[in-house]
Amino acid sequence: MVNYDKIIFELSAPGRKGYSLPSDNYHTDGFKDIPSDLLRKQEADLPEVNELDVVRHYTNLSNKNFGVDTGFYPLGSCTMKYNPKINEELCSLPEFTSLHPLQDENSVQGALELYWNLQKMLSEIAGLEEFTLNPYAGAHGELTGLLVMKKYHESRGDFKRTKVIVPDSAHGTNPASAMVAGFEVVEVKSKPNGSIDVEDLKPLLDDTVAGIMMTNPNTLGMFETEIVEIAKLVHDAGGLLYYDGANLNPLLGKVRPGDMGFDIMHINLHKTFSTPHGGGGPGSGPVGVASHLTKHLPNPRVVKDENDKFHILSDNKDTLGNISSFMGNFGVMMRAYAYILSLGKENIKNVGPLSTLNANYIKESLKDDFLLPIEGVCKHEFVFDGLKDKSTGVTTLNVAKRLLDYGFHAPTIYFPLLFHESMMIEPTETESKDTLDRFIEVMHKIAEEAREMPEVVKDAPVNTIVRKLDETTAAKNPILKYKDLTEV
Amino acid sequence: MPHSEEDIRLMMEKIGVSSLSDLYSDVPGEVILKRDYNLPSAMSEIELRKHFKELGSKNSPMIIFGGMGVYDHYSPSVISHLLSRSEFYTAYTPYQPEISQGTLQYIFEYQSMISELTGLDATNASMYDGATAAAEVMFMMVASSKKKDRVLISSTLLDNVRKVIETYAKYHGVKVTIVPEKDGVTDLESIYSELAKNDVAGVILPTPNKYGIIEDFTGVADKVHENKSLFGIYADPSTLAVLRSPAEWGADVACGDGQSLGMPLSFGGPYLGYISCNKSMLRKMPGRVVGATKDIDGKRGFVLTLQAREQHIRREKATSNICSNQSLMALYATVYLSLMGREGLKEVNKLSCDGAHYLYNKLIETGKFHPVYDKPFLKEFVVSTDLNMEKVNKALMSHGIMGGIVLENGNVAFAVTEKRSKEEIDKLIELMLEV
Repeated sequence: MVNYDKIIFELSAPGRKGYSLPSDNYHTDGFKDIPSDLLRKQEADLPEVNELDVVRHYTNLSNKNFGVDTGFYPLGSCTMKYNPKINEELCSLPEFTSLHPLQDENSVQGALELYWNLQKMLSEIAGLEEFTLNPYAGAHGELTGLLVMKKYHESRGDFKRTKVIVPDSAHGTNPASAMVAGFEVVEVKSKPNGSIDVEDLKPLLDDTVAGIMMTNPNTLGMFETEIVEIAKLVHDAGGLLYYDGANLNPLLGKVRPGDMGFDIMHINLHKTFSTPHGGGGPGSGPVGVASHLTKHLPNPRVVKDENDKFHILSDNKDTLGNISSFMGNFGVMMRAYAYILSLGKENIKNVGPLSTLNANYIKESLKDDFLLPIEGVCKHEFVFDGLKDKSTGVTTLNVAKRLLDYGFHAPTIYFPLLFHESMMIEPTETESKDTLDRFIEVMHKIAEEAREMPEVVKDAPVNTIVRKLDETTAAKNPILKYKDLTEV
Repeated sequence: MPHSEEDIRLMMEKIGVSSLSDLYSDVPGEVILKRDYNLPSAMSEIELRKHFKELGSKNSPMIIFGGMGVYDHYSPSVISHLLSRSEFYTAYTPYQPEISQGTLQYIFEYQSMISELTGLDATNASMYDGATAAAEVMFMMVASSKKKDRVLISSTLLDNVRKVIETYAKYHGVKVTIVPEKDGVTDLESIYSELAKNDVAGVILPTPNKYGIIEDFTGVADKVHENKSLFGIYADPSTLAVLRSPAEWGADVACGDGQSLGMPLSFGGPYLGYISCNKSMLRKMPGRVVGATKDIDGKRGFVLTLQAREQHIRREKATSNICSNQSLMALYATVYLSLMGREGLKEVNKLSCDGAHYLYNKLIETGKFHPVYDKPFLKEFVVSTDLNMEKVNKALMSHGIMGGIVLENGNVAFAVTEKRSKEEIDKLIELMLEV
């Protein structure tokens, strides 16, 4: 492949054109009614590039990227499953993409039916009463769910519940979301196996606790076996349980968060329900709640009347408020809906067990070379604490970078923080045994390289388009736009 | 699901379990689901296509004359083709920069282009939508201020944006004051008297505002800065090709919704929100930021940078919980702006503006519609009417037209983009008068 290193602005020259617009036949000069003070003085220096050069430029950029379609993506906690192509086709149908969000509801009944059907499907899968699909992402779902929690307590006149309990192993968004929602964060400790320490939890539970945020299986991929007791303790103290849906995948077909005692949860449609990650978004983070909390869900809501007609409700008085301009990332919902229908009740129940099978298979196959801090059956993912042989000086970062040389994406590294050399591997159910075997083979090979020629691993990557990048200078002297680059 | 029965058997053997349910032996029996989900049966692709077609037939795509923050602009064919390259859309967040240069570079280009439009120093990799971007700007203002904890927003800001700001503010504990409007624009005198109370961290004002009016912020920046407060502008980025930029108004920060950059209406999403700010606020800006750097061989490359601000490092001390961006939509905006370029985006505004003025003049000529505000507008405007708009819009709908949006006070807001033709506008007027 040709080594391509242009920035779009470097393809620009005055007078080049990549668009076609109709001619102006209004015989009206609208601009003459706008005082010149309100018009721009210095022109925006956007590039001027012809159409084919734009096409080639972004095609070349795409070649510098690694996606699920390029190769195996064992990124822990991210559930990088295959994004079925039929979903992309269906979500592009103009009967949906051309709908204005403020169109009369009579003219968008199909879209509302899809929204409502998906709400109901997620309720069934979650074991919760009702969902809103408005939140745009997992973190946005967390915030929305926590606001439901806050609104619930406040609606009961209980204003002293200002704290949310978050495990020390939780993803950084949990405490950050609690902070944005206006809560104080209290950490509960994990036991060496990553599970919540119930004895540490008990004294924290008093009438200032609004609730607890948990994920199950936890960040180490281990099921929290004391969940029923934890739920009882929290409920008895008047708190609510929030389920972070980041790790929902292994539970599909086996366990419903509502049945474990959770009152509120979010689901990442871009993880569990196969919608593409898009290089970081758009995602979708629907929030589900138990029956006593439905009235606090954000506006607007979609409901069905007795004549099977769908309506958008915007005036629910008990709502926590609005958290989005309209009703969320509808295009993402369409894909998740198509995914659930393609699998159907016959297949969706296998998602959890097969993702768990794949994770355990890798774990058992690699634990001779990599340090497995917690023995036993994991769920959809697990964590190694780096290489078993620590004498080589080869770190988790080195191993991760070496994997890139072999054409694999790296696992999630240095998270969770419970271990120094964390390497979190999540294969998902869509990967074949052959792919897993190739990955296992390469991991063994890297372990061997680490023993026999550690410098090779430490120098990695060598086969990538760019090699080790200077992140320190990037942060110290930020160059955040093309003009910063040309003015240096 | 890729495994054969034999694959599964071999894998279970390696693990040392004899059935898939053994993998759940640690789960308390009382929480195990002992039935199938109550969901529809699996559909083949043929059935799925039929189902979606049937749902789609219950929708009516329209010729759009509504706006209110969402505009039916033209989307060049190239964009959807490039966005469907799965190297882009099946990638995760670019945490491994060596194999994510495609994503990182287009985000850098996106940041560059939005910074050109706003005129401000830095832009982040994008937010969920305009409303959440504005709410985050409110947090930035309060975080930048030592003691001040109140933010002023104009009542001319779009209602759905205001509502999201209010939600975020209420629970987080930020005071928000809605400043009244006068003749369809922000009452600047009210802003100045609120500022004098010395507790205002920042002011967020829109242009064009919710009535489509281009607001005049002459003198605002000086007054705001005299009070050691911050000035934020909520602006439609498409219009910034022609309208005075946030930087030219002296703003410290700008935000808005990127939908107007040719994005499909998509029933409300996905779009993107943008935030641009000047250097002094950079480290308070939420979300991802991409920076240019070099690799060990001296080759240009791009990385996520300034991550010390972000939630995965700072946890509860972060100023925001966002941990993603609308990346693919940022690619959308980038390709759009590459194609339209400096001249094309101006032409889009010119066509929309001329079309909107043509419609406005024609409506007034009918004698059934009347001016409400004598203020400059670009592609959207508000008129009052003697017609029964509920009936009118129903009739229009049967002809496949989404008419003007009726406001709470009965006035009507029309928007015109370059996608509308003179013939469509003439038809709209003809049909409205028939009712």
